Amino acid sequence: MSEAHPAVLTGEHFMNGDIAAAEGALAAGCRFFGGYPITPATEVSERMAERLPGLGGIYIQMEDEIASLGAVLGATWGGAKAMTATSGPGFSLMMENLGLGYMTETPCVLVNVQRGGPSTGLPTLVGQQDMMQARWGSHGDYGVIALCPASPQECFDLTIEAFNLSETYRQPVLLMTDEVVGHMTEKVVIPPADAIRLVPRRKTSRPPGEYRPYEAEADLVPPMVTAGEGYRIHVTGLTHDERGYPAVTAPVQRRTVPRLLEKIRANASRIVRLEEEATEDAEVVVVCYGITARVARPAIDAARARGLKVGILRLITAWPFPEERIRALSARVKGFVVPEINLGQMVYEVERCAAGRARTVLVPHPGGDVHEPEAILAGMEEALR
Amino acid sequence: MSRPEGTTQSPPPPPAEAAVRTAQHHPKDGLLREDRLPHIWCPTCGIGTCVNAFVEAVRGSGIPEERFAIVSGIGCTGRVAGYLKLDSFHTTHGRAIPFATGLHLSNPELKVVVFSGDGDLVAIGGNHLIHAARRNLDLTVICVNNFIYGMTGGQLAPTTPYRARTTTSPHGNTEYPFNVPHLVASCGATYVARWTALHVRRLTQAMIEAMQKRGFAFVEVIAPCSTLYARKNRLGTGYDLMKFYHDQCEVRHGADTTELDIGFQSKITVGKFVDLEKPTYLDRLRGDGPPRT
Repeated sequence: MSEAHPAVLTGEHFMNGDIAAAEGALAAGCRFFGGYPITPATEVSERMAERLPGLGGIYIQMEDEIASLGAVLGATWGGAKAMTATSGPGFSLMMENLGLGYMTETPCVLVNVQRGGPSTGLPTLVGQQDMMQARWGSHGDYGVIALCPASPQECFDLTIEAFNLSETYRQPVLLMTDEVVGHMTEKVVIPPADAIRLVPRRKTSRPPGEYRPYEAEADLVPPMVTAGEGYRIHVTGLTHDERGYPAVTAPVQRRTVPRLLEKIRANASRIVRLEEEATEDAEVVVVCYGITARVARPAIDAARARGLKVGILRLITAWPFPEERIRALSARVKGFVVPEINLGQMVYEVERCAAGRARTVLVPHPGGDVHEPEAILAGMEEALR
Repeated sequence: MSRPEGTTQSPPPPPAEAAVRTAQHHPKDGLLREDRLPHIWCPTCGIGTCVNAFVEAVRGSGIPEERFAIVSGIGCTGRVAGYLKLDSFHTTHGRAIPFATGLHLSNPELKVVVFSGDGDLVAIGGNHLIHAARRNLDLTVICVNNFIYGMTGGQLAPTTPYRARTTTSPHGNTEYPFNVPHLVASCGATYVARWTALHVRRLTQAMIEAMQKRGFAFVEVIAPCSTLYARKNRLGTGYDLMKFYHDQCEVRHGADTTELDIGFQSKITVGKFVDLEKPTYLDRLRGDGPPRT
């Protein structure tokens, strides 16, 4: 690492969200990036391509997104902190290897700078349409952690958090940003390296012979080893026992796969991050995330000017979803308003948790630009009707 | 062996070689996960022979066992990783090479070997195969080619010979297969060899050379699948397939790779076709000096 180009660019910067995510990854210790160019995530790759060689890391442009995530998973088992970045079509291509990451409990970070879909859709324009794909996109059952930055600063901060969560819970973590946040340029403050909390890899303290790669500790997470350390581990996407050996049976499935959900569910209170404003006496709460949280601001100001009691609940973690908090709020608010740049995704979670105790109003948007504040205001009025 | 007087009543100590060939001590002990045996492969399958050759090659390579990492995809050969007592990774279908790419580049001290089948490496993983060869990544790829998808019950592969029958080419294959050695050679592989499951010693030697090679090294192994390929094509037993290899293989080192096509029950050219030196991916990455940032 040269002093002229350190891993952590401490200071104040004017940078876009994509570049801030790349800088967050470098600050978190990411030293491997496998990617494939795709708008609007390409700037993440470009930044990593420029920066990683000087830090002794590896940037490789793979032949497609399937290979990108495959290489990232391999790099993790080689001992690196590793990341890829993509958008809609590439996110779809990554789903199978993402499942391998969950099944083999491989820490890594996947940045999805969301654009409008389906298919090629709106390559250069915003969407928030992959939120349910983030939760359910790969086949089978597993727990998910997905973070939603609303600014370039948060792209930096939450990419570090994503690495920390991936190491803590030993699984891929998704940074679900969007085209507007990815391409907006704002002030980003990068703290001194020693002020950044980093979670190291959870390595076993047991010697070879006594270590069992999928024997979980009390928090349901098994400690890890790296290839080449003499443990002669076996890692497979097949259902496996504590030794990591394939065991394609119902009993082993029953003790392996539920843990993949439960390690997130049982630790949800430690993972969930929210930002709330004026929810204590609110009659209506706007539940929002990413760029939509910022677009909702003028609508909320206008509503308050009219005397409406409006609170905001911004999802910083979309997954795990803050079920407890929405349930608690639903007991005393009249309604929730959920603006999102899709035709209804996270709204189903709000509705599920509200369970009829409060109205849930979706303010949909098919993508391509952001909501008109008037539409969100109308949603608030409907929730109070 | 001379012994002092008075000890003749003791049985002579057994020769070292005999000692290991008892039920308790198989010569491949130490490199196989015995606690996972018996394996899933059919009787007369060629994959076991390939594993046998590979274990010998690991020992003969001079590379410390702890440095090996084996990566497989999905399929019959995809199960190889799970039986080798080395760091081993059983990945998604076709994606062993990308996974191996990340493993190798993040930890170049490892000797990363991809061990998978023709369907996995050449069909669904074909794009990764050609790009890894093009990059000249320092990987060893062992491709067991049995001309068919075995795990799923005998379907058409991109290596199935023209006119051969499979469950999804029941009237005979109307597609031309890949000439796999030519494919990887044309993309830049630095070592390319083809042997069959019959050529155990030469296969072992090829694996050793491939693993000692700095660069993308590829060994194709033609292997019998009597359960599916031979049965669908009325070619007899595993023995008959091995006899066919014996009678119909022609060793031609340095053969023009354009001439390595395999037809239905045609002559099979085997040998070492490519063995050259050129900078690897990491050589080039590091050779350019510090980045111009």
